[in-house]
Amino acid sequence: MPQAVEIIQKQKNSDQWDEPYLVNMGPQHPATHGVLRLFLELDGETIVRCDPRIGYLHRGVEKLSENLTYSQAMVLTDRLDYIASAANNVGYCLAVEKLMGLEVPRRAQIIRVIVCEMARIASHLLWLATHALDIGAMTVFLYCFRDREWLLDIFEEICGARLTVSYPRIGGVRLDFNQKIIDELYRFTEEFPRRIPEYETLIDVNRIWLKRTKGVGVISGEEAVNLGLTGPSLRGSGVRYDLRRTRPYLIYDELDFEVAVEYEGDVYSRYRVRMKEMREANKIIRQCLDKLAECEGEPVIAEEAPDLLIPFSKPKRPQPAPHPKKGFLVKSVEVPIVPEGEVYFAIEAPKGELGYYIVSDGSGHPWRVRIRAPSFVHISALPALSEGQMVADIIAVIGSVDIVLGECDR
Amino acid sequence: MLVLEKLQEKFPEEIIETGESAGQTYVVVKREKIFEILKFLHESGELLFDHLADLTAVDWLKKKTPRFEVVYNLFSIRYKHFLRVKAQVPEEDPRITSVSSIWKVANWFEREVYDMFGIVFEGHPDLRRLLMPEDWEGFPLRKDYPLSLEPEQEWQGLVELKEKARRLAPFDWYQRVPGERGPSEVNEEAKEG
Repeated sequence: MPQAVEIIQKQKNSDQWDEPYLVNMGPQHPATHGVLRLFLELDGETIVRCDPRIGYLHRGVEKLSENLTYSQAMVLTDRLDYIASAANNVGYCLAVEKLMGLEVPRRAQIIRVIVCEMARIASHLLWLATHALDIGAMTVFLYCFRDREWLLDIFEEICGARLTVSYPRIGGVRLDFNQKIIDELYRFTEEFPRRIPEYETLIDVNRIWLKRTKGVGVISGEEAVNLGLTGPSLRGSGVRYDLRRTRPYLIYDELDFEVAVEYEGDVYSRYRVRMKEMREANKIIRQCLDKLAECEGEPVIAEEAPDLLIPFSKPKRPQPAPHPKKGFLVKSVEVPIVPEGEVYFAIEAPKGELGYYIVSDGSGHPWRVRIRAPSFVHISALPALSEGQMVADIIAVIGSVDIVLGECDR
Repeated sequence: MLVLEKLQEKFPEEIIETGESAGQTYVVVKREKIFEILKFLHESGELLFDHLADLTAVDWLKKKTPRFEVVYNLFSIRYKHFLRVKAQVPEEDPRITSVSSIWKVANWFEREVYDMFGIVFEGHPDLRRLLMPEDWEGFPLRKDYPLSLEPEQEWQGLVELKEKARRLAPFDWYQRVPGERGPSEVNEEAKEG
């Protein structure tokens, strides 16, 4: 790495001890949650300047999407935030549906809310596990993974995949829930509220935890908005901005849940927000399961949904469908399914506001797909959160804004 | 809509087009006064677009002139209204004023647009490449940029990496150093012990 060599040379040649000390943190560092690289300029143990470098996981999802059909590009969104891939899929499908003007059946909407909230719990559990591990609490990690595993098993039952689910489709979802899944989800929602106090007893009043998190990485609400923070990171600073309530989508306006808000703006209050959110997400799943029973047997995908085997084609034609085995070989025929136009559609993903800006020129594939990833913005806010803090606190700060590099680099 | 009326009142000369797409209002403006327009939207008490949800660009190669559009998706957390502002940027002179002094979040958004489209943001404090390597040539999200490069156009870093992999390929990583114990022998010793 030429830059690192340059820094070492510079430090070797300097005689002055009061010069700021440059430390290269990452990209291979376990506490950076991926391949994030930070250039830290230190004065003793205080961070004078923090310069994040990203791009190590850049796969060009936006460019690839332009060359795929709308249905095919959905699969790429799994690979953004791979911890909560269901939420990414739902966001993309909602954006395309809004552009198409497609009405999604009610049962599919309820199922989508369930998978979104399951993804939220799974994401927050992984966040809590790794965040606590970074700060030094090993036990929490094991407890959280035990429960996350349960959720992943349910995901596997729903669609066959644990992480990259690709379960929603444009116009609905792929498969209906069977009774086994519903029973398991009921069991989960019964049990999960008893699990949360287990984590809390481990860290909530733990003196080490409090010392490491209280008053660290403080940011005021006004500045957090200016920096573009969203999701739990923003609500930890006392701003009541939750897209599920501010711009409701799916059936969130019918559901009864609270928006978790804390006012301190430090690492600890961001932790409290996420713990509250897990409880609320559990409540939402429970309500949705009851609603699901009301619309038993209804379709889960819209009639006008684009056919997957021939991704560009419009409604199913009267002629017999191609043989399923040949499905992979069928060459896609360009039939426009999306009218000309553009849309910015954002959902409340577990990490924050996940926005899709899709521009259509009326052809079979999107003209431009832009993904507004919360992790990208949160990393850009790292300098503001960490400058002036101690070097050990940057680990807590990185953990508290909850980043996933797959989403940041796209 | 109140926002559009206010904007038209304040900047009648700048607005080229207004419209609606999928239920969202947009306004196309000239690029010269984009900073003043966005500052007005951000600071005016009745509009208060405090949340810059997204900043990006679109390349309209062979579809529209001017070629580029810089898109600002704005949202007001207090009043819950949404507006999309699009500024036209010509191909010959891809420049526009930076808004990173209004919203700090625009800093990285603009760096990414510069990285991907080659649009220069004047007054930006730190305009470097963000996602691509520093010595990358070309702007990948432009429509005339190919999806996969020809072998001779490849990035120097990748060429070096491939060369290194080729050089190390004949080396046997599991080669036994004479006199040293291998994994199977260690296992056997452990069993006996």
